[in-house]
Amino acid sequence: MTNKEAGAVLTDVMERFLCVACKRLPDDVYEKLRQCRAAETSELQRVIYDSYFDNLRRAWEMGRPCCQDTGLLHFYIRCGADFPYMGAVEPALRLAVARATASAPLRENTVDYFTERNTGDNTGERMPWLHWDILPEGSDLEICAYFAGAGCCLPGRAQVFKPADGYGAIVKYVFDAVADLALNACPPLIVGVGLGHNVENAAVLSKMAYLRPLGTSHPHPKGAKLERDLLAGLNGLGIGAQGLPGERVAMEVHVESSARHTATIAVGVNVSCYTHRRGFITFHEDMSWEQDSYKGVSL
Amino acid sequence: MKKVLTTPVRAEDIEALHIGDIVYLTGTLVTGRDDVHRRVVSEGMASPYDLHDGVIFHAGPIVRESAGGNELISVGPTSSVRMESLEAAFIEKTGVRVIIGKGGMGPATAAACQKFKAIHCVAMGGCAVSAACQVEAIEDCFWRELGMPECEWVMRVKEFGPLVVSIDAHGGNLYAENKAKYAARKDACEAPILESVKDYMVVE
Repeated sequence: MTNKEAGAVLTDVMERFLCVACKRLPDDVYEKLRQCRAAETSELQRVIYDSYFDNLRRAWEMGRPCCQDTGLLHFYIRCGADFPYMGAVEPALRLAVARATASAPLRENTVDYFTERNTGDNTGERMPWLHWDILPEGSDLEICAYFAGAGCCLPGRAQVFKPADGYGAIVKYVFDAVADLALNACPPLIVGVGLGHNVENAAVLSKMAYLRPLGTSHPHPKGAKLERDLLAGLNGLGIGAQGLPGERVAMEVHVESSARHTATIAVGVNVSCYTHRRGFITFHEDMSWEQDSYKGVSL
Repeated sequence: MKKVLTTPVRAEDIEALHIGDIVYLTGTLVTGRDDVHRRVVSEGMASPYDLHDGVIFHAGPIVRESAGGNELISVGPTSSVRMESLEAAFIEKTGVRVIIGKGGMGPATAAACQKFKAIHCVAMGGCAVSAACQVEAIEDCFWRELGMPECEWVMRVKEFGPLVVSIDAHGGNLYAENKAKYAARKDACEAPILESVKDYMVVE
């Protein structure tokens, strides 16, 4: 297969994948949302959750994006060094986004700086946004597609602290970000916390954190405990769906970390709304592919 | 019984409403968010659609546009807080009576709602297909050069809602009250975690 032929396969499959991923929630998120509904007791919260599920049902039945803010497209890529068509990936993803904008249809959200013009097809300068991790072995291309809507981008932030501030600074920073800002971002949220050494590495890790499949935890026992503690703590604030009084402001808290500089502690917080439109798809070196985010759904 | 507001909405129509009330809207609503507010307030342009006694919806829809007409696919509220710095002046300049959005707004908007007799309501965030099903037609479109999410879409709606009154015309602000309650619980929720991470700096 030539690079061009592989690119054509990738474009076609990814366009169809995006058209599914904007119209339904991945299975793990849908199940978690059901659990959150069961935890709510007030009449108001039940009305909100009924609206959520009614809308999700209609969106899939009518073949329409479940939320009007289909965001900007982010692709977090893990690519084995032996995958033969790396050069075809970026142009194929750009084209898939432009085509899905017309066929899904997605909202035209993408505005270039300085010209301040909406590009009309959701491609633009460095957009869609691609993040590459090249794995030293293997020949698979794993793509995580995410629709980054504005409501959950708005509360995102990162800051660098001094070691004397300790892990307590991390805890307070997460609480401030969620209680003061993210309650407007359509809870119940998936809260991503990135722990690093400077502002952008913490921010990137916070993004990777909320993209992680639900049901996974930080590899270090203390990291995993911090995730559980933050989830329980945030859910004690009394914030529910839509930021109105309730029991569950967060579906999950995920922490991702890198090593830190001995002299800094950096924390990033990124949240995703309950319509967490994130899908995983894997291509093999012969360009066959599989997805398990939406079981039983054919593209 | 369902409380239904019908456009044009007069000051007396919202007099009896208070924060937490649930209402529906019938008539015409116009979408307008960051760019519409900036044009009206900062650039001094008049809204092409006369919003006096009208309804502004902080929203950017997905519309399938064709020569045969515009089909509404999905529409839902966006975070109103982005418009906080401009909303008070927007209310004063346009005479808008009802603002629909998502999440809370701040004290400047609440003060303007009290002074000029307006309300802010929240629609259900993320429920964009259900909301689109309550829109009967797209009647007009202005300032299309701002882009699909930012321009003014004029929509005819029937019993659009449920909408929760989040700022009333009497100075009440539901989200501000709730935020104060959440903030009051923050220290107690943080405390056990701060205790738990106290020794995290210790070398393993």
